[in-house]
Order: sequence, then structure tokens, then C-alpha cells
Amino acid sequence: MGKKILLAHDHVPGIQTYEVYRKHGGYNSVEKAIKTMSPEAVVEEVKKSGLRGRGGAGFPTGMKWSFLAKPEGVPRYIVCNADESEPGTFKDRYLMSRIPHILVEGMITSSFALGVNTSYIYIRGEYFYIVNILEKAIEEAYANGWLGKNILGSGYNLDLFVHVGAGAYICGEETALLESLEGKRGNPRIKPPFPAIAGLYGCPTVVNNVETLAAVPFIVNEGGDEYAKVGIGKSAGTKLISASGHINKPGVYEIEMGITVEDFIYSEEYCGGISNGKKLKAVVAGGSSVPILPADKILNLANGEKRLMSYESLADGGFGGGTMLGSGGFIAMDEDTSIVENLFTFARFYHHESCGQCSPCREGTAWMEKILHKMIDGHATLSDIDLLWEIQAKIEGNTICPLGDAAAWPVASAIRHFRSEFEEYVKNPKAINKVTRMAV
Amino acid sequence: MAKVTIDGRTIEVPDGTTILQAARMIGPEVAPPTMCYYSKLKTSGGYCRTCLVEVTKGSEKDPRPMPKLVASCRTNVMDGMEVGNVTSPKVTEARKGVVEFLLLNHPLDCPICDQAGECHLQDLSYEHGSSKTRTDFERRTFEKIDIGEKIQLHMTRCILCYRCVKVANQITDGRVHGVINRGDHSEISTYVQQAVDNDFSGNVIDVCPVGALTDKTFRFKSRVWFTKPVNAHRNCEKCSGKVNLWYKGEEVLRVTGRKDQWGEVEEFICNTCRFDKKNTSDWTVEGPTAVNRHSVISANHYEVFKQPTEFKLNVVKPLSIEEGEQA
Ligand SMILES: Cc1cc2nc3c(=O)[nH]c(=O)nc-3n(C[C@H](O)[C@H](O)[C@H](O)COP(=O)(O)O)c2cc1C
Ligand code: SF4
Ligand code: SF4
Ligand code: FES
Repeated sequence: MGKKILLAHDHVPGIQTYEVYRKHGGYNSVEKAIKTMSPEAVVEEVKKSGLRGRGGAGFPTGMKWSFLAKPEGVPRYIVCNADESEPGTFKDRYLMSRIPHILVEGMITSSFALGVNTSYIYIRGEYFYIVNILEKAIEEAYANGWLGKNILGSGYNLDLFVHVGAGAYICGEETALLESLEGKRGNPRIKPPFPAIAGLYGCPTVVNNVETLAAVPFIVNEGGDEYAKVGIGKSAGTKLISASGHINKPGVYEIEMGITVEDFIYSEEYCGGISNGKKLKAVVAGGSSVPILPADKILNLANGEKRLMSYESLADGGFGGGTMLGSGGFIAMDEDTSIVENLFTFARFYHHESCGQCSPCREGTAWMEKILHKMIDGHATLSDIDLLWEIQAKIEGNTICPLGDAAAWPVASAIRHFRSEFEEYVKNPKAINKVTRMAV
Repeated sequence: MAKVTIDGRTIEVPDGTTILQAARMIGPEVAPPTMCYYSKLKTSGGYCRTCLVEVTKGSEKDPRPMPKLVASCRTNVMDGMEVGNVTSPKVTEARKGVVEFLLLNHPLDCPICDQAGECHLQDLSYEHGSSKTRTDFERRTFEKIDIGEKIQLHMTRCILCYRCVKVANQITDGRVHGVINRGDHSEISTYVQQAVDNDFSGNVIDVCPVGALTDKTFRFKSRVWFTKPVNAHRNCEKCSGKVNLWYKGEEVLRVTGRKDQWGEVEEFICNTCRFDKKNTSDWTVEGPTAVNRHSVISANHYEVFKQPTEFKLNVVKPLSIEEGEQA
């Protein structure tokens, strides 16, 4: 069994409640930080831990925290990004609904570290039932003196609010999230300035993913060095992976980074192999935005070594031959899956979710969906494949926020690795249309 | 101060200048096209992506190139920065893509559009686009909407540059104008189609780069190149009163703000000047407006015709002004 940090007490009955959570060491990190450490020392531990953002980009959290501007007399904010909307990703939902206090604790300790007196959890609208769970946890934390005025008699004050979004993928992009939190239309901001300088209400702000903040209690309790020992190299710690698709045991798994992809897919501890005894065809390893890889490429590196579940190993091979850990949304597809139809599902999603501010993404995502739709309907020609390729290339890198890239990469990688399947599909749509479409 | 080189031409500019502003200071040859940026509107720019440029050297201190093309209207220069605009093949390619995206759902109804002849999208596609379309899908359409009595919104032509939204936010009071819906369903809208009714709302017409917002008092009256702009002013208590009057014969067909060489109004004007003062007697006329020789508006313009020296020997006899007028 691999090391468990976030889900260590997942099996404990009643861990959702304050009493049980506290009995298992909950809120110790708040006590330790406030009573025995300086805020800077907490930041130092997080730096040492090598923790990287779990929201998708993998940016080192300690470094992000140290960029936070601290002008006199201006409030600072921590905003937890719980907008989790990337197709294939449902790890934050699992964590928040099972162990809500770990997020609340992580936010208190992190807020103390950054001298923040007001923090927010921005949660997607569809997670309405989790809102209740979180609000109950927050209420319990207030009642027990972990939130509010003069926490543990230290003079440190913190208020924590849950803000419910309306359910837009784009509001997971950190600056769109801030706009939405301010009550505006969720359009990403043009950067710079970055949130660390001018974020919520123009004040310095740190935006972190649920899983990132939930790792902070362990780091404070056990020390950054202990955390860094888990995992492999620059991929320190554990990662929640939400596994879905044609596997025997879909669900959320906490893995120690560095296990092989093969192990993750086939071992009984994790996915338990491909369902119905079928063969693995392809994997989207980190949520719908990351490049899709065919089975051989996801299992093995170009040099023949086994590919590992880590930031570096998954990215090995660059864009041509690798992919990304992303948000940990692991989608496995069996031999019967139509890559074209799966891509259509993704393209439809990005078209639907584009905020529409910048022309390449607004127009390009819609165009790509239409072409793929035409393909599915059996009216496309071979030149449409090239056109798709060109459209994605014109979107990528030319937009305001990374949603444009996120819409382009799946198209690019599907064509790159499965071009012949696209050609088959276009030439003989009837034969292929029998194949089941992946529901994501 | 920062030294910046754009397409091989170097200029020194104050810190905080954007790449676009620096390029405009050098001259129109190196200035990237802009569809959404408007120097008089705060936070404008960044949306259309036509002004993308390649930064091949970040600065003297950090010479690394920038990994992606950047929007020149929203990126500040650094000392020692080197930028490729027309000289960068990457930029040319990307810009071609942007033009294609902007035209993807555009109705191309120029023959019946009041903006034709002074439309930035026409210019842009002429200069940077390709002559063929690669889409055969039905284009997005919307119903026409009247925004009050004097302005019409033809959303089908809109390129979502957000300029009118900024005008509504920044120079008219009580914002009732914004964007609704998302992605390619986005739509400029006034709150429950409420009329934008205040003294400066007419400026949305002038800032609109395409024919999405037009002056209903000028609708279908004339192609712009058959009208003649003159500079005129009047004593106005609300605005500077400095305008262009657009004449056809003796008649003032429309009144607009005066535009500079980048197509931006020099000063915003009020609705009284724009919509209610259509008699020559309302104005002090200063003289003909200088019109760029490349503009179609110059085709019928009576500004003194400068004979190009190479034609001095006069193979073809240029029309004299009077002859041109009569023709
Ligand atoms: C279109 C888009 C959607 C995103 N959605 C999420 C999300 O749902 N949750 C999240 O944590 N980060 C999301 N991100 C990443 C955030 O912008 C941001 O990088 C992240 O919240 C930072 O937290 P971290 O450093 O802890 O990873 C998204 C980014 C983009 C461009
Ligand atoms: S890339 Fe797409 S989602 Fe991001 S700002 Fe542009 S239009 Fe909006
Ligand atoms: S109506 Fe005109 S000014 Fe307004 S967003 Fe559309 S194109 Fe821009
Ligand atoms: S002018 Fe710069 S992005 Fe539109």
C-alpha cells in the first residue's frame, strides 16, 4: 500500500464530523503553526516540501506564496479553487465531501502563514450538496475556536466563506474565478497583473486548488522534509487521481507519485485492469485538456522504460510523445472506443465553456465542434482533418487564458496519434458509427 | 526610459509604454492592426488578438524570447526589448488565423452595411486575411435591436471587441449595456433591451470598428464615400463640440467625432451634437477633413489633389478637382 496523506482516514466512520476528525489529529497543524511557528516558518516548510499546485499547472506552492505582495494596510486573500469542472476530474469533490475538515484546516493554516484574515472557498454550483457539508464543517470550526476572532488566544483573526459559483468551467481559471467572486461576469483577466499583486478586489491574492491546500496540514505537522520524501524527485507527495472510463474500479485514488502507469491501471489496489477483459487503447491522463496518448505511449517512454505517474514522467516526450499530469483526471479507453467521437465530446465541451472574450477561442472552439459534428454525421472529407489541425494550431498560444490551449491540445494529440482512425472514419462513417461513444 | 526595437527600428520611450504605443510612435508601417484596443478607453484591448507580436528578446536584463506571441496593446516594453511585427512569419500566420476567426461568422454584407468604406474589419481582411473562406457552416445570426431611437445594434456583424461596453461603463453614466451569454453565443445587450439613454451613448457608434452599431439617422442614406467630411465646431455645453460633418451636396447626412490616424475619435461628442444638429447653420465650418489617400473616402474627396511627381509628365491627365466634382 502506498503512503496516504489526504485520504489516510478516509475509511474512519464519521470522519466527516468535527469530533472524529479532531480525534484523529485534526487541527493539530493550526495549533502547531499558531502556537509554535512564525508565519514565515510555515511558508518555509511548504517550500521545503516541494508541494506543487494540484489544480493542473503544477506550479510550486511555496514559490507562489512567496510572490504574494504584502503592502502595508492592504488586505490579502486566499481563495480556494473548488470549481473542479475539467471533464474526468472529480477528486476535489471526493475529498471535500468525505473529509471537509481537512480543507478547512488547510485553509486556516495557510491563511495564518500568509497573514490573511479573510479567505474564500469558491465552489462550482453543481456541488450544492457539498456546500452544505463545507458550511457545516466551517460552523464547527468556528464553534471550536479555530476560526473567528483571536484564534487560540493568539490575536490572529480569520473568517472563511464559501461562495457558490453558477457552474462554469471558465470560472476555474483563477482570474475568471476572482471576477466571478467579485460578482462580475466570469471573464478571465488579462495578465499581468497576476493575482499575487492584484487579485481579489485588487488586493494581493493566492488562489490554490482544494488538494493543494489540503496537503498543508501534513506538511506543517510532519515537516516539509517528510513530505518531500514521499513521491519521486520534483513530484513530491501524493496525488489524488480520479480514474474513470473502461476500467474495473473507477474511483478516486491517492497514489504516491512515482508508481508506474501500468501498475495504476492494472493492479488490484487501483483501477484493477480494463473492464470486460478488453485491451487498453488510449488514455487521457490528466483531465480532458491534456494530450491523449495511445496505450503503448502511455505505458512506456520512448527509451523503453516504464512511464511513471509523476509530473516529469508523464510529460516525457514533450508534446509530440508525452502528456501531462494535469489535474489528475485519468480516463482510460478500451479498444472499442472511437477516438473521433470521444474528441467530439471534448470539443463540444470546450465550445460550450469558452467565455467568448477572445476571437481565436470563441470562434475556433465552435468551428472545431462543427467540423467534428460533421464527421460524426458522415459528411466530412479528408481535408477536414487538416482543417481541424490548422484551426487548433491557430488557437494554441494565441488566447487570453489557457482554455484556448486546453481546447486545442486534445484535437492536436488525437490527430497526431490517431490520424489513420480519423481517415477511416471519414472514408467509411457507417462502419465506424456502430462503435460506442465514450460518455464523459 | 526604455529602448525598444520593432521590426528593426529602434525608439526610446517612457517606461510603461505598451509595445503598440511604441510601434505607433515609430509609424504606421510597423504599427500592428488593432480591432479592440482604444487608447481613450481604459482596460480596452486584449480581446481580438489581431495585434499579436513576437517578442524575440525580452529585455537587456533577461534576453530570453517570450514563449508565446503577446498582445502588443496590453504588453509593456522593457529596456532592450526586440519585437517582430510585420517581419515575423509567426505573427503573419497567427494574424491570418485571427482574421479568419473574426470573419467566420461575419455576414460579409458589406454591400448593404453603412460601415462599409470605413470599416476596420474590411481593412483588416484586405491587408491580412485570405481571399477564400474555409467554412461552409451556416453563420451566426441575430435579430436587429434598437438601442433607443437613434442607435441600432446589428449583432450579427459584431466582433465582440468590447469597445462599446467600455464606452457604456466609462463615459456614460448608469451602465445598462454589457455582454450576455457565453462563448460564440455572446451578445451585446442593453439591460432587458432598455434604451441606452444618456448624453454620450452615441459614442458607441464611433468606437464600433464594424457595422454592428450604426446611426439610425444616417441609415441607408448614402455610402460613406459619396459623402464629404468637413471639420466643424459649435459651442456646446456638454462636449467639446468638435466634430466632422458628412455632407452630400448641401445636406449634412451625419455628424461624428473627429478620428485620428488610428481610427480613434479625438474627443467623444454628445448626442445633441451628433443627432440633433444637422444644419450647416448650427456649425462653424473649419474646412475639409484630411483623409488618408488610401481610404475609399478619399476617392470622392475634394481636398487639394497632390499630383505624384512621377506622373508629372502626365501620361494620363489627372482629373482636376472641379472636373472630378462634376463627373
Ligand atoms: C479553463 C481553466 C479551468 C481551470 N479549472 C480549475 C479548477 O477547476 N480547479 C483548479 O484548482 N484549478 C483550475 N484551473 C487552474 C487555475 O487557474 C489555477 O492555476 C489553480 O487554481 C492554482 O492552484 P494550484 O496552484 O493549487 O494548482 C483552471 C485553469 C483554466 C485555464
Ligand atoms: S481563451 Fe477562451 S475562455 Fe479564455 S479568455 Fe479567451 S475566449 Fe475566454
Ligand atoms: S457592437 Fe461594435 S463596439 Fe460593440 S463589441 Fe460589437 S463590434 Fe465591438
Ligand atoms: S488590439 Fe490588441 S488584442 Fe485587440
